[in-house]
Amino acid sequence: MSTRAVATVRLVQQHSIVVLIALLVALAGLIEAIRPGAVNANWVSNILEFAAPLGILAAGQTLVVIMGGIDLSVANVATAAAYIMASQAPFGVTRSIVAGLFVGVLVGLINGVGVAVFKVQPLIMTLAMGLVVTGSLNVYSQASVRTVPGVPAVIHTLGSGTVLGYVPVSLFLWALLAAVLIVGLRGTGFGRLLYALGDNLEATRLAGVRGWQVLLTNYAACGLLSAVAGLVLAGTVNAADLSLATVLLLPSVAAVVIGGTSIFGGSGSYSGTIVGALILTVLNSVLTLLDVPDAVKQVLYGAIIVVLAAAYTRVLGRE
Amino acid sequence: MAATAAEALRPTGIQFGRGIRRFGWTIAVYVLFGVLMVVTVIIKPDYGSFEWNTLTLAALPLAFAAAAQTMVVLSGGIDLSVGPLMALANVLALRAMVGHDLRYSLGVALIVLFEVTLAGALNGVIIVVTRVPDIVITLATSFIWAGLALLVLAKPTPGIPLDFQNLAQGSTLSPWLPDALLLLVVFPLVWIPLRRSRAGLAIYAVGSDRNAAFRSGVNLGLTRVVAYAVGGFFAACGGLALSMTTGVGSPLAGTYYTLSGVSAIVLGGVSLAGGRGGMLGPIAAAYILSLIPAILIYLGIDPNYGQMIQGVLIVIVVMVGGIGTMLRRP
Amino acid sequence: MAAVPNEIPDANARALLVASGLAKHFGPVVALRSADLRVRPGEIHALMGANGAGKSTLVKILTGALTADAGTITFGGRTRTFRSTSEARKAGLICVYQDPSLLPDLTVLQNLKLTATPISNFRRYLVELGMARFDLQSMPRELARPTLSLLDLARALAIEPQLLLLDEITASLPADLTVRVFNVARQLRAEGRSVIFISHRLAEVSALCDRATVLRDGKTVGVVEPAQGGEERIVKLMLGPVADEVAAEAASPSAPATGAVAVEVRDLKAGTLDGVTFTLRFGEVLGVAALEGQGQEELFNCLAGVRRPESGQIVVGGNPRSFHHPGDAIRAGMVLIPADRVQALLRQRSVRENVALPLVNRISRWGPINPRREKRRVETAVKRLQIDTRVTSEVRRLSGGNQQKVGIARWLAGGFKTLLCFDPTRGIDIGTKRQIYGLVKELAANGSAVLLFTSELPEIQLACNRVIVLFGGKLVDEMPASEADEKALLRAAHGLPSEAEEPQSQEGA
Repeated sequence: MSTRAVATVRLVQQHSIVVLIALLVALAGLIEAIRPGAVNANWVSNILEFAAPLGILAAGQTLVVIMGGIDLSVANVATAAAYIMASQAPFGVTRSIVAGLFVGVLVGLINGVGVAVFKVQPLIMTLAMGLVVTGSLNVYSQASVRTVPGVPAVIHTLGSGTVLGYVPVSLFLWALLAAVLIVGLRGTGFGRLLYALGDNLEATRLAGVRGWQVLLTNYAACGLLSAVAGLVLAGTVNAADLSLATVLLLPSVAAVVIGGTSIFGGSGSYSGTIVGALILTVLNSVLTLLDVPDAVKQVLYGAIIVVLAAAYTRVLGRE
Repeated sequence: MAATAAEALRPTGIQFGRGIRRFGWTIAVYVLFGVLMVVTVIIKPDYGSFEWNTLTLAALPLAFAAAAQTMVVLSGGIDLSVGPLMALANVLALRAMVGHDLRYSLGVALIVLFEVTLAGALNGVIIVVTRVPDIVITLATSFIWAGLALLVLAKPTPGIPLDFQNLAQGSTLSPWLPDALLLLVVFPLVWIPLRRSRAGLAIYAVGSDRNAAFRSGVNLGLTRVVAYAVGGFFAACGGLALSMTTGVGSPLAGTYYTLSGVSAIVLGGVSLAGGRGGMLGPIAAAYILSLIPAILIYLGIDPNYGQMIQGVLIVIVVMVGGIGTMLRRP
Repeated sequence: MAAVPNEIPDANARALLVASGLAKHFGPVVALRSADLRVRPGEIHALMGANGAGKSTLVKILTGALTADAGTITFGGRTRTFRSTSEARKAGLICVYQDPSLLPDLTVLQNLKLTATPISNFRRYLVELGMARFDLQSMPRELARPTLSLLDLARALAIEPQLLLLDEITASLPADLTVRVFNVARQLRAEGRSVIFISHRLAEVSALCDRATVLRDGKTVGVVEPAQGGEERIVKLMLGPVADEVAAEAASPSAPATGAVAVEVRDLKAGTLDGVTFTLRFGEVLGVAALEGQGQEELFNCLAGVRRPESGQIVVGGNPRSFHHPGDAIRAGMVLIPADRVQALLRQRSVRENVALPLVNRISRWGPINPRREKRRVETAVKRLQIDTRVTSEVRRLSGGNQQKVGIARWLAGGFKTLLCFDPTRGIDIGTKRQIYGLVKELAANGSAVLLFTSELPEIQLACNRVIVLFGGKLVDEMPASEADEKALLRAAHGLPSEAEEPQSQEGA
């Protein structure tokens, strides 16, 4: 490779988010080309509204992946949180929301104990917890034989309300969480430790860090974020059924990977994941617009993730 | 299973002890299955050949799913697309078999085996060529295979020829020896020659220590592709088993089997780090995992607890394994 | 650097292997500049060089595990480029590495099958290595390191190679097994085949080898016949300018310090370490001299809280301590700089984050980072160590020397009382070595206590006030630095009393 090519690659590596945004814009351009006038304020508003739950779910995933783990229970947790929130709605909005979030933190803590204390591989631990959560939820749903639980108005507004006609309410929550995460990852001791653990567990230990404390806290944080995503999603859909967030598991990992976070941990950012979530949502919109059948949509979706991930690994030469 | 060096340095006279150490987990899994069967019979005194038959039918596809995952995990990878591959085989079989006789169906089965093996190999090729982690690639290809399955067949449709179904559902020899159990013969037919061949050794080698495998002259890329391809073959068997046991082609049939397959291999003693484990353990584990919901039903408990118990069981199994390793450390 | 003539005695002799001008770099790191090597048939040829001189890279290129950026290899009269180890193996060139390359989860028999090794031959060589009763169904995972090394050797011999490379194979072998390996090597020589022998132990080289090629900083700097009193020359070639420095420094070695006791170690036992007692004072650099695997690793790991001792006490500031985690040791002011930089550094992260890591190592420090304070501390440490790079660059892009400096800078920023340096200059260029030793002395002069192990004995006098010598897990000798020249240290490190015979008479046998 010539020195100029090397320099270009280096530049792209350092500013990969620019490339991602360009891709996002290109996709939007594609939509506009297919159907002129489709890209308008309303469309943007819709995209943001649908991207918000995914973005929040992928936020937890980003934290865990940066630390060198993975959480395959995020979708189950989101579903359970939403369902329990809805079923608790008759007892008051606050209680129902707290109950939903509590589920998330609890499952996160159990994941953390398994991974940090008992050294179970994250993949297995979270996969198994996903089964436990879904199983428990099934039992719960049959024990508390109510009609399909309703979503409180507050949550409905959070998930699908808009301000000034176009700005989704969920965007405010998402933006707030994003700000906390982006600043926190860069500028706090905890954030530093996530990258450090993901990069080199042994080095982090030698520097005097007790890794289990970080792992435990982080899985709990991921659980909490998943629960929040579940609530927002329930608001968007205005219902909470037993498979509410299942479809978002793979996109939550895909958004992280597309966003440039190394699946092995130690590098990445939440800003990348945000763009990743937006790209996936817009992609979905493109395929819908093209009237592509669901089956083809899935195939294309998978193929595009492969291509993007390969582009990262090969072209940008991550080690 | 690991042991201290001092023990192993003793030249002779430890054959028996070593056998226990090496196959201890597998033996324990079979003992566990035996105990669970005894418990089942105690709970349900009229447990008969029909119930046994039902169990073997339920366990057959899972046993193949576990085998598919075992192949890939032994080579140090993971395949999150096993379920969709099974679904793909299942719907391909239905589309081509509907309204045909047994001979034709068997021909179709062979073609399906070939196609899905190819799909498995493609997983491996993409992973090796792109160098993207296997989790990401198989996660993505699981979309692709599931999408293709939906393209082949939009919704669950019956129509697998009865003769083909009877390959699994009958019990030709004895009511206690259902054909679904006889079909397990596929495992030794594929596994034993593979285990003894250089390719089989290479799969273990790559999963065990890539650097040492490279120094031993193993072609890392090719070996990994072979592992994924054989995994694809077993997934195809699983899909065909689904066709036989359910008689239906369903594009969503596979969903359950990716996770359960992983559960079965963990319970079956295959190390997720690669290189360690065999085929016997995961197969027994598949029967255990299929037996648990049945026991719950006999006990009159909500079968929904089944999933929960399965999850807890996996966590406990892995923790016990982890604690065991910790204790053995000098 | 003084130009050393590239002498090849008897250059016209028939050669089995001729490598010339081999070069290799990994990113910014140059591993090999220009290596030449000429091996005759029926010769045991030593490949010598300090850590990081490029020996392993050269070996990997010769055996096809790596391809060179430049240079040529002629083997058996033909110019060859081996693209894989199996190609080299087919040509009759095979290497036995320090870390055995048997697959841990295949039985020995399966391992042989995997590499298509003739089993009867393998059996025959096992007998020669004294392992006649070995059970081929054993699992390498369950075998001891020395056993694995011998198995690996027998497997290599079984293909009847023309050229056998032994890469530090004796490092993990006890003396009696080393003798067996030597006998096999001599037998190959008698059959007209050749051996390239790589070892840090001069005594072994002079006992076994016909000629020695010396590498320094990725270049061949000379070919010597060790038997004819060439040992001195080898050392001089290997060390280069450092040797002169030792001479200069030795004239004024630091005097033993008399500060307060920083750490007292009482009858410490852990693994190989078998009851060691000594004190370390503030204001001194205490050297630890030992051959590989004499318990020094366990000693440092116990002191740094990385592992727990089986018995004995570590007394810090008058109080016996028990460290359950490196964090405990760090709180007690004891910090470790490990030999393996990869072990201590976050390769994907920036210099700044690496240096600032100890500043966030407790829950109470999980909150917001004060960027100005952090910047000040990091930059002070970086300046003091003269790390010539921006603090935002990723550590993996730095040279080995700079990486090691980052590992040290971390503790300058984090604060400590006692510095535990385990072979801090392994694989580092001479300029950086000098800087690191200068810093170590300066830290001691400013009141810190330093415990320093280095695998390169001549360097002990560069930095230490006092030296303790470990052998077989016990403390066998203690001397002021003024007496600790290489010869005295070598003797002591081999477990010989200071007035005994030359060490190689014991070693070579």
